[in-house]
Amino acid sequence: MLIKTPSKSALKTSDITDESVYIQRRKLIKSMGFLGVGALLGSAITTTANAGFFDNKDADSGSFKTTPLNFTSDKDNLSLIKTPEQKVINHNNFYEFGAKKNQPAELSQNFKVNPWQLTISGECDNPIRLDYNDLTTMFALEERIYRLRCVEAWSMVVPWIGFSLADLLKKVAPNSSAKYVLFETLHDPEQMPGQRDRRLGGGIAYPYVEGLRIDEAMNPLTLMSVGLYGKTLPPQNGAPIRLVVPWKYGFKSIKSIVSIKLVREKPQTTWNKLAANEYGFYANVNPAHDHPRWSQASERRITSGGLFARNRIETLPFNGYGEEVAHMYKNMDLNKYY
Amino acid sequence: MLFTTSNKVLLLKVVIHLAAFLPLLNLYTLAFYDQLGADPVQGVIHFTGIGAFNLLLVTLTVSPIAKKFKLGYLLQVRRLLGLYTFSYAFMHLLNFLVFDLQLAWSLFFNEVVKRPYITIGMIAFVLLAALAVTSLNSIKRKMGKSWQSLHNYSYLVAILVSVHFYWSVKSEIISPLFYMLLTIVLLAFRYKKIKTLILSIFVK
Repeated sequence: MLIKTPSKSALKTSDITDESVYIQRRKLIKSMGFLGVGALLGSAITTTANAGFFDNKDADSGSFKTTPLNFTSDKDNLSLIKTPEQKVINHNNFYEFGAKKNQPAELSQNFKVNPWQLTISGECDNPIRLDYNDLTTMFALEERIYRLRCVEAWSMVVPWIGFSLADLLKKVAPNSSAKYVLFETLHDPEQMPGQRDRRLGGGIAYPYVEGLRIDEAMNPLTLMSVGLYGKTLPPQNGAPIRLVVPWKYGFKSIKSIVSIKLVREKPQTTWNKLAANEYGFYANVNPAHDHPRWSQASERRITSGGLFARNRIETLPFNGYGEEVAHMYKNMDLNKYY
Repeated sequence: MLFTTSNKVLLLKVVIHLAAFLPLLNLYTLAFYDQLGADPVQGVIHFTGIGAFNLLLVTLTVSPIAKKFKLGYLLQVRRLLGLYTFSYAFMHLLNFLVFDLQLAWSLFFNEVVKRPYITIGMIAFVLLAALAVTSLNSIKRKMGKSWQSLHNYSYLVAILVSVHFYWSVKSEIISPLFYMLLTIVLLAFRYKKIKTLILSIFVK
């Protein structure tokens, strides 16, 4: 239904590496004695290299507990080569837990998601408040295997689990003044080190806010995700509930949401406020409109394979979801409204 | 005495080789086996980039320290440090071209011309390459006085690289600002020399 064609440059199934193989390799390299050289030098530059990716100890020390979910599988997108789970949960832009890609996974494992409150309010007839259990029980959950294109020109394929935002919005019955939807991430500096430490948090304004036009929010592709790879979300991926808008750059897909508000005016959004010339409100994936500092015409698809993986592929308009979403922007100059 | 000056220089050089080369070996081994974070390409680019900057700053620290503490022999390790600076910068560029852009040459040339932060990074690299090539003793002798004038460009390289770093980030500007500050401090030690250099441009 939603997505039809596997990308021409899709990787072979044989490229998927089992997690146990990673761990074995890790041990092999350790036994070769290369590890720790950087640590010996004690310089700041070595910390990234020795971040302990796939390290056994990372897997069990104070690890956040995710739980299996019941959902209907996405049978339509099986041909998409998924990004290995270990990469999906260890390579994150979630500045609330640190601006480096490996930091969210390292600094978020004690994050508390229960109790949680998500309010849906604003221009609607039946504002509601969801508690933690409602998030996974209020709607039938379905798996959606989506491409995720980061504005930084890398991409992944992630099997999300969740429900349509449209279903949630119908429950609150938006009124005719509801033109836009405003989303807000939890603001809790005690739990989110990036919010209390400017250096760690990358210098963006908190709480993180994002927005969609009402028709974008009601599009069937727009997903409220509560899980990935069959289980509830880990904190670094936006637990307990996040947005996924697959035809827009990743920063639109706001994480750990506490508030959804139907509003009259186009809301201010975090990255747009910070650098409006680089990050637009719409932020639709568009290979013809470059980021001022890099080309958006192609991307590196992160799957498995090391340094020599030939994974640069062409970026598709609307991230390949044009058939489902292009009609919403029919009379718009997408170079002006980037 | 065990620690003659030449022994000290030799020891320093061994330490520099170990400290600069082994991390590279470690880095590329991890990246090759897909153990360097989820995106090994980003990993090697950032590591070699910041590594080159670190080495450049260390190189620029040598002569102020040698002067202050009257340790003239330290000057003998400057070339090695400078060559490692160039090597890291070379790997940084190679990582971008080979692993990130995957030899899409037209994209590479477009990016170098279109993106200011890449343009100035490239200028800094070309200057570093000129300094590396002319570091051979035979060439140095032939160049006479012009060798020093050419190698004064290392100060310009430091400025270009700090701007390159600052312009390359999305919002996390604290580290680039810190590096910029370090650069300014190191150049401040050469205040008189740099002032003369700048004035000579206008006098000519």
